[in-house]
Amino acid sequence: MAAQVELFLQTLISGFLLGGLYALIGLGMALIMGVMKIINLAHGDLMMVAMYIAYYLFTLFQIDPYLAIFVATPLLFFFGIGLQKYLINPVMKVESILPHNQVILTVGIGMILSNLATVLFTSNYRSTPVSYASTAFYLTDYWKDAPIELSLSAPWSISFIMAVIITICLWFFLTKTDTGKSIRATAQDIDAALLMGVNVRRMRVVTFGIGAALVAGAGCLFLPIYYLYPSLGKQFTNVGFVITVLGGMGSTEGAIVGGVILGVFESMTATYLGMGWAPVGRFLIFVAALVFLPGGVASILRKQRLGK
Amino acid sequence: MKRFIPWMIFAILCVLPLIGLSTYALHILVLVIMWSIIGMGWNILGGYCGQVSFGHAAFFGMGAYTAGLLYFHLGITAWWGLLACVPVLTLTSLVIGYICLRLRGAYFALATLALGEVLRVTAENLVKFTQGDLGIMIKQRTWVDKTWYFYIILLIALGTFILVKKVIESKWGYYFVAIREDQDAAESMGINTTLYKTIALCLSGTLTGMAGAFYMNYMGYIDPTVVFPLYDISIVTVMVVMIGGVATYWGPLIGALIMVFLAEVIRSMPKIGAAHQTLFGVLLIFIIMYLPNGIGGDYRKLLRLFKPKGASS
Repeated sequence: MAAQVELFLQTLISGFLLGGLYALIGLGMALIMGVMKIINLAHGDLMMVAMYIAYYLFTLFQIDPYLAIFVATPLLFFFGIGLQKYLINPVMKVESILPHNQVILTVGIGMILSNLATVLFTSNYRSTPVSYASTAFYLTDYWKDAPIELSLSAPWSISFIMAVIITICLWFFLTKTDTGKSIRATAQDIDAALLMGVNVRRMRVVTFGIGAALVAGAGCLFLPIYYLYPSLGKQFTNVGFVITVLGGMGSTEGAIVGGVILGVFESMTATYLGMGWAPVGRFLIFVAALVFLPGGVASILRKQRLGK
Repeated sequence: MKRFIPWMIFAILCVLPLIGLSTYALHILVLVIMWSIIGMGWNILGGYCGQVSFGHAAFFGMGAYTAGLLYFHLGITAWWGLLACVPVLTLTSLVIGYICLRLRGAYFALATLALGEVLRVTAENLVKFTQGDLGIMIKQRTWVDKTWYFYIILLIALGTFILVKKVIESKWGYYFVAIREDQDAAESMGINTTLYKTIALCLSGTLTGMAGAFYMNYMGYIDPTVVFPLYDISIVTVMVVMIGGVATYWGPLIGALIMVFLAEVIRSMPKIGAAHQTLFGVLLIFIIMYLPNGIGGDYRKLLRLFKPKGASS
């Protein structure tokens, strides 16, 4: 019995930690979704690019992946701005029969990035052997007669805490600064924002940059605890949009809650069904969200706020 | 005159194997026709009905696995898959449609995107049922020669073409286009949008599945990464239609011709071969930016480019 409880709690903890990182991926996507009403399907591939930057910083200059955030995030920010300015914005004006033209465009971008990475870096699996990779905190170290044994891996905890810090910074940015407020205004109502004198075009560009920067941060946080290969982007794009749907299209609070739910659920499927089934669990949650909660977590949050 | 063009092309294609094409040329032709079937299937849903799917590999793979599993578990010839995939894929499409088509916007595109991935993972993990990564191999293919395969896929393509034409020229076709142009308006005119979107999905899925079942018979080997990949099948399907021309009858054929030839040429180049997806991606971006309706839809724009300035078109 104790072993069962231990397994369950351990899964819950690792799911929660994973969820914090997932939330960061989902946040970037939700921001882009909110402002531009498109799903960025190159999101995971942007993360892959950031991870390769961090990886090469580590192997060539021995820079810790956590410090690489300060390099990869600005780089990806400008990369995202470039993508939005020179590729996605022009396409918004193109008249075509097919809707979702920009979404197809982001697929194309993702395809190019992941294929280029395969050509340039080969498809080998890589990882950064940091010195603290296998350090962990044990419950029995702190509480001698604990009935169950739980462990907390050091890199996972650091990544989680960093993710929380980044999220808080983002929250300050969105609520306290002018640019942040303009972004939120654009997400709420483009026409009204235009009338209020918000430069919507620039906000779109900045938002895409921030989305890319957020996912770059997530990539650097994932590097010490995960491995790296060129086609990893697809998987995290899936994660991103499941969170976006689960959280409610374009809602940032929803994305955080959605990320944690997805992390815990995925951890549970991995423990009780097997590693390989995690994507199926992800899809089940996606379908369940579509059928039972089409507005996502955001609709529940909104209801509570109105009820007050 | 215009009415006979399809039959003329069909007749020309029928005669082609008789003039002694090499096996490789015939193989390319078979691939072109197979891709145009998938393209036509996608076009019903994406082009006419406006519901963009990023997961047609799911339908393709389902068709291929239907044929493969019939052969593997029941020991009957995999050609039965061509028939069996009709009910199987209609059912699958109904389920997907029930879940995703009630909602607007990008949900459907996202759900289909995830679906292909999920089916791949499922096929990899249900090792007892699908052999997992080992894949399914047909020990003895029906014919060594490719001529018969060519005629069979040609017949399926003809059937598909007629079906698509009949459907699009019927009341349904107008409903589809109305849904694509403005769903609210369509709804207020009394069109049951969910029903007609589901019909489009069923037709589209079944046609793609038939191409998949044919692929199983033709190639004789499938595994989850061959029939369920995102870029190599789902996105290429979108590209076939986008290059050829969205919502045109001939678009998928033109697109398939261009894509298959391009793929063969790029892959055969020594250094660039590995980067074929990059080139496809660049092509896709180019098409979206400058020819958003494809060659079939924007051919007037193309013609204007080659005409001297001042000449009216």
